[in-house]
Amino acid sequence: MRLAIVGAGDVGRSVADLAGEYGHEVVAIADSSGAAVDADGIDVERALERKAGGESVGTADPATLFETDYDVLVEATPTTLGDAEPGFTHVERALETDHHVVLANKGPVAERYEELRALEADSAGSIRFEATVGGAIPVLSTIEDCTPQAVTAARGVLNGTANFILTRMAAEGLDYEHVLAEAQDLGVAEADPTFDVDGTDAALKFVILANVLADGGFSLEDATVEGIQDIPGSALELAAEDGRTIRLIGEASREGVRVGPRLVPENGALAVTGTRNIVQLETKHAGSLHNSGRGAGGPETATAVLSDVGRLPSLEE
Amino acid sequence: MADVPESDEEEPETDGGVRAYTVRLELVDEPGELLRALEPISANGGNLLSIHHERGNITPRGHIPVEVDLESPPERFDGIVDALRDAGINVIQAGAEHYGEELSVVLVGDLVETDLSETLSRIEDEADAVVKDLSLAAPEGTNATASARLRLAIDSGRAERVFEAIRAVGTDKELTVVEPLVGGEA
Repeated sequence: MRLAIVGAGDVGRSVADLAGEYGHEVVAIADSSGAAVDADGIDVERALERKAGGESVGTADPATLFETDYDVLVEATPTTLGDAEPGFTHVERALETDHHVVLANKGPVAERYEELRALEADSAGSIRFEATVGGAIPVLSTIEDCTPQAVTAARGVLNGTANFILTRMAAEGLDYEHVLAEAQDLGVAEADPTFDVDGTDAALKFVILANVLADGGFSLEDATVEGIQDIPGSALELAAEDGRTIRLIGEASREGVRVGPRLVPENGALAVTGTRNIVQLETKHAGSLHNSGRGAGGPETATAVLSDVGRLPSLEE
Repeated sequence: MADVPESDEEEPETDGGVRAYTVRLELVDEPGELLRALEPISANGGNLLSIHHERGNITPRGHIPVEVDLESPPERFDGIVDALRDAGINVIQAGAEHYGEELSVVLVGDLVETDLSETLSRIEDEADAVVKDLSLAAPEGTNATASARLRLAIDSGRAERVFEAIRAVGTDKELTVVEPLVGGEA
């Protein structure tokens, strides 16, 4: 497949870097100020070097990305809430011109799911978004394999930063502020960790799961969300006395979405440590399935994008 | 004689219209408590069939479970249960539900400042739960943020309602409520 990648952050750059290994060709990559476009395949190394040097990935107008011949738009711009722009418009543009779209950007899938599906229905292209939930972990494709009707609920840990902080607090008896500073030093937490620690990031992923289970109907405002900022070390100590620990747990079902700090058995499957993520799928006929792994990171998330590309049907008529 | 007086028609139909019910009660271990529990049953049209008084089997709440089989017209059964409750008797099962679960929750906030004992009473009253055990951790002194772990005895199948009530108390008192994750193979 010929890929046009919009967004040149960790994920977009990793997709460009790994595309060749997966048998695909990058014909365009754009960031907010420029683009590298070549119908015969761009020089990926050159584009990534420019980006690493603080420049744009290329000198072309970012809009020219949509004018080149491509099969799949990879939408990897930063997640935005509400109208989910500019991601939504990128997807719209690709579908209206009968191209496939693979999203790593959670915004459009969480906030405007029904509109995305309506655009897809009118297009020869299709959309996939494995990378939006759980990074490298195959969550949506597992649900797809089980058929969404046979999955009654999904719960688990889908934010590595919050999980890292809670793990360290429990292990070292340290307070939130202290561990957050450590996580920022290690690069586990961003300079502004708000969406990770207040539950928004996890909530977006569980909203997407609820949309997949219920075939739409949810956006972030339908979710009940609590973060971990108010959890002191003493709460984790008390939990540990009882053989439990506290994790930022999300739950998605056809009835709703909820994210908040919860008591879970210390040695239970959901009490993953560090930045690891886990999703538990509750099935109608087969009990629980657990998928665990790395929930973030450029190359990790890029593998989910490229797996999605591999699942797309051919566009040839 | 052939005319049935009007007033009789308002009497509940009992002939042929009775059903058997089992009611599980929890009694405080005090003299006269059993008699006090049975009185509202007969006073409200229930007919006692058998009483199983499990003295050796103390409930998680430290009370004595009593199982009462009775028969009454279906339309009067709710009245009997209400009368028992009005008399201060703990009805733990009158149909499908009974006490049987234990849950832990952790509360975080200015627990002392916001009157911990009142918080516990409210949880017992509003969530219809019994606080069995409390652990408090206030590493920065009682005037700062503290954490408490509560072990609660609740009716089986009522966990969601209990959490709703605890959440409401938490919201009122600006406490963070960390609930256990229920359901699934955690």
